[in-house]
Amino acid sequence: MSTPPTQSRRQFLQKAALGGALAGTVSLPILANTDKLEFPDNLPEWMRAPGGEFGNYGQPSKHEQQVIRWISANPAAPGNGVSWTPLHDLQGTITPNGLHYERHHNGVPQIDPEQHVLLIDGLVDKPLSFDVKSLMRYPMVSRTCFIECGGNSNSGWRSNPIQSQAGYAHGLVSNAEWTGIPLKLLLKEAGIKTSAKWVIAEGADAAALNISIPLEKLLDDALLALYQNGERLRPENGYPMRLVLPGWEGILNVKWVRQLRLTDEPIMSRDETSQYTELLPDGTARQFTFINEAKSLITSPSLGMMLPDNPGIYQISGLAWSGRGKITRVEISADGGDSWVDAELQGPVLDKAFTRFSLPWHWQGEYAILQSRATDETGYVQPTREALVENRGKHGFFHYNAIVSWEITEEGDINHVYGF
Amino acid sequence: MSMVSKFIATALLLSLSSYNYADTEHQALGKPAEALTQQAQWNLSIAPDGKALPKGKGVAAQGKKIFALKCAACHGPEGIGASADPLMGEVGSLTSDYPEKTVNSYWPYATTLFDYIRRAMPINAPFSLTPDEVYALSAYILSQDAIIAEDFELNEKTLPQVTMPNREGFTAFYPEK
Repeated sequence: MSTPPTQSRRQFLQKAALGGALAGTVSLPILANTDKLEFPDNLPEWMRAPGGEFGNYGQPSKHEQQVIRWISANPAAPGNGVSWTPLHDLQGTITPNGLHYERHHNGVPQIDPEQHVLLIDGLVDKPLSFDVKSLMRYPMVSRTCFIECGGNSNSGWRSNPIQSQAGYAHGLVSNAEWTGIPLKLLLKEAGIKTSAKWVIAEGADAAALNISIPLEKLLDDALLALYQNGERLRPENGYPMRLVLPGWEGILNVKWVRQLRLTDEPIMSRDETSQYTELLPDGTARQFTFINEAKSLITSPSLGMMLPDNPGIYQISGLAWSGRGKITRVEISADGGDSWVDAELQGPVLDKAFTRFSLPWHWQGEYAILQSRATDETGYVQPTREALVENRGKHGFFHYNAIVSWEITEEGDINHVYGF
Repeated sequence: MSMVSKFIATALLLSLSSYNYADTEHQALGKPAEALTQQAQWNLSIAPDGKALPKGKGVAAQGKKIFALKCAACHGPEGIGASADPLMGEVGSLTSDYPEKTVNSYWPYATTLFDYIRRAMPINAPFSLTPDEVYALSAYILSQDAIIAEDFELNEKTLPQVTMPNREGFTAFYPEK
């Protein structure tokens, strides 16, 4: 807001009174003689009157209201759908809790923690139930990792490149610090029979989502998470408890988890047969493809932005992650993959977590195609779209992790194109 | 060292050593739950062997009526082409340029159909169908592509014996080779 060059004492008093948080009880500032004020003219109004009230729970600035999850749900069943993290509007590596992506199969249950228990049964020595209060007394660990939906980026399988902002095409992935109980503690308390190989996890939502998870993963690095980025889980992220399986596709990270049944065989539920399996050109399908392979994405500049200065220096910035470990390298190309240079990785580079990469770019008005290409510690290199489609056909639908290409026109506009 | 500082040092040592370290990492707080495992609401998952199926029976003609009433609004009158996932038709389409992953063309086990309908359908009223209704709906869906005959009774014994067209269509990628 612009401030008039001169301001009367009366106007100042009115503004101060209006801006006061405790209207009616606030005492007005003692005013100096206007003639002698050192900064009468150009100070912004928020420096000349008390600011707003304290808040019990903080909210983003009203100037950032466009930074939202984009919801894509079935109008006939609004609880069945997804919401996308606006990766193109975020920086750093931690996804704020209010912007973590969602996939719900039948809405967000509002669970009373007093009534929720976790049952561990099946091939165990003694079935056990755990209530929330008891679980809060267990030793907890924290780890930062991404969770990515197996269906993330699936628009990439379409024959024409979708013109959506980066997060609204690739934002079914988010990264948070999860705190909870190593699942092996709870499983061992129940006593694992040697014949147990799988665990059927079930959620307490209105889809009673059930899915088979290899016991081996739960005994490795899986958590029963109770906290997300330091606060208790949000309802949409599994309150009061969820599974977190670092690096493994989202559907396995069962929210609102109520039961873990140890078995010798997978249950062959809907979400491990009909869904989250990948059809190949020969008509067979890949099943139990649990791990999210290495992937990267330039989040800035990206579609929906433009390059205002020609020539100008722009900070290319993006995210890379791998379900198999740490990201070791991200390369950037400005010519559609003909030549590559290494981007800088922002530390600390964590296992199975978002890694921010960046590289300054001097754009001189030329037509360009920006790409990023991730490599993880196993040596796996993110494939081109051409290679992915060659390998998996056009109907895989899940686990799309190809290089993303942003076309920069000579006018500085940005489009999504398929690589060359 | 003066008497006073010796006294303070001893007091500090005593106060430190009075801490009782836990001799195990945590207290086992799980409650015995044998009784819960006997209850139906903790036995929802049905494996391909069908052992967890509830008693009941149904045929396609009964299922057709329920389908029209409770399913067709989202799945379409023909069970395909509407807002919800396709159920019927397109058997044999998986190698075509336009594959359709319907229940009948893609799902490897009929037990999954019962498991999923019972826990999640209809989407506005999960757990509202009786076992007989779920058997009848399953029979109707399967009969539409002649996976079972029109008059075939589905029950807890016959359902696991149904062989789906795409039974051999999946390759397990776990454990990784």
